[in-house]
Amino acid sequence: MSVVMTVAKSQTREVLRSRWLASYALFFLAVTEGLLRFTGGDARTILSLASVMLFVVPLVTIVFATVYVYNAREFTELLLAQPVKRRRLFVGLYLGLSVPLMIALVAGVCLPFLMHGVADPSQRVMLVALVAAGTALTMIFTAVAFCIAMWCDDRLKGLGAAIAVWMLCAVVYDGLVMAGVAAFANYPLERAMLVLALANPIDLARIALLLQLDVSALMGYTGAVFQQFLGGAAGTLVAACALAIWIAAPVGLGVRAFQRKDF
Amino acid sequence: MIEARGLTKRYGAVDVLRGLDLHVARGQVTAIVGPNGAGKTTFIKSVLGLTRPDSGTLTFDGVPVGDDDAYRARIGYMPQIARFPDHMTGHDLLGLLRDLRGGSAVQERLAAPLGLEEDLGKKLRVLSGGTRQKVNAVAAFLFAPDLYVLDEPTAGLDPVASGVVKDRIQSERDNGATVLLTSHVMSDIEELADVVVYLVDGRVQYQGALPDFKIAMGQSSLERAIAEMMSRRVAA
Repeated sequence: MSVVMTVAKSQTREVLRSRWLASYALFFLAVTEGLLRFTGGDARTILSLASVMLFVVPLVTIVFATVYVYNAREFTELLLAQPVKRRRLFVGLYLGLSVPLMIALVAGVCLPFLMHGVADPSQRVMLVALVAAGTALTMIFTAVAFCIAMWCDDRLKGLGAAIAVWMLCAVVYDGLVMAGVAAFANYPLERAMLVLALANPIDLARIALLLQLDVSALMGYTGAVFQQFLGGAAGTLVAACALAIWIAAPVGLGVRAFQRKDF
Repeated sequence: MIEARGLTKRYGAVDVLRGLDLHVARGQVTAIVGPNGAGKTTFIKSVLGLTRPDSGTLTFDGVPVGDDDAYRARIGYMPQIARFPDHMTGHDLLGLLRDLRGGSAVQERLAAPLGLEEDLGKKLRVLSGGTRQKVNAVAAFLFAPDLYVLDEPTAGLDPVASGVVKDRIQSERDNGATVLLTSHVMSDIEELADVVVYLVDGRVQYQGALPDFKIAMGQSSLERAIAEMMSRRVAA
């Protein structure tokens, strides 16, 4: 078995047994089940679930992953003292953290849907889009957590940075965009908005999702511009590509930091 | 086996290694001693490739460390702190290491004499610190490597376990293995070491055979010899 698979498997088993991860899965299980019962399983269910997910997934992922990487520091040193390439070890550790988080999310969201049944094909597409957006966010924020833990040796500062990154992406960013729009209301802002939407992974995931749901009223300014300029299909494609870049960039930075780091 | 020439390493404003020259001879037990912050751990981590020196050369059997990762297959490492993932058992750990090393020469020969066989099935988290350290020792001796790098190998061990580990170190040395260790327990070093390296402020202050070191300091025991070394430095 390759180094990547060995490390990923060992750590996936470890993380899957963590209580925090179980609580995370149970949280989504409860929210999804509740929403399915109260709203009857139409587009509104997915929409509400999406708002919860876009908020909770990045937060839990970045905090859990940052804490985990710091706690595993000594053990990582022991692994590094084995005849393994750092790059492969990093990929194994990264997968061993992101995969269990994705399993918890997918299980929590999908099990209630499976039990209630998804009859409407369009709704199936939406569910798939929802799960895809959630897994993409998990991969992005796990990689960001690795970068933070590699760049910053002080775990308290690292945890602070992780929460700050989440605050920026999930809360502050929209406010800043709105303030910018208000300040430059007399200028054509469409292109700038497009760029701004691509620059925040949570925004991007939201737009990619809402393009599937066809509810432009909820898209906000950046999303509306996105749809207007790129339309449904092209917009989805662009958003998906941008999300892929958003996964690749922090993973690449994490590999680089891991290869250069002094342990 | 290991040749260090002019190693330097700076962490922020602190010079940890300042031109360290050190030779670790094959088939001998080399003990690194010195005050806290002298650079012992940094040197060990450099040998393992965990830390990269800023300048100088470090070779393992003539090959620069850092060129290739394969040389670590010939090293058994026992770290100072034994911290493992929460749900991992001793068997999980040894299995993982075995998989990472491609299942090469397996010998859990240290588990039985340390009385560990039952504990290996338990989660490492619930074991006492000393028992975890025993697991650490088993892991280091698992693959019968050419070089043992042992950071405080007897710290936290009870006298019986400490004796077992020391016996194993000596028998591995007699079988041709090279050992590089650090310890704050002077009696252990006196018992085990062929060569003593005294490190201060990231430089080698003294390197020589253990008896020579004691003679040079005009003392009968290693502990007194080291105390003499430290006081000479303070006086100078």
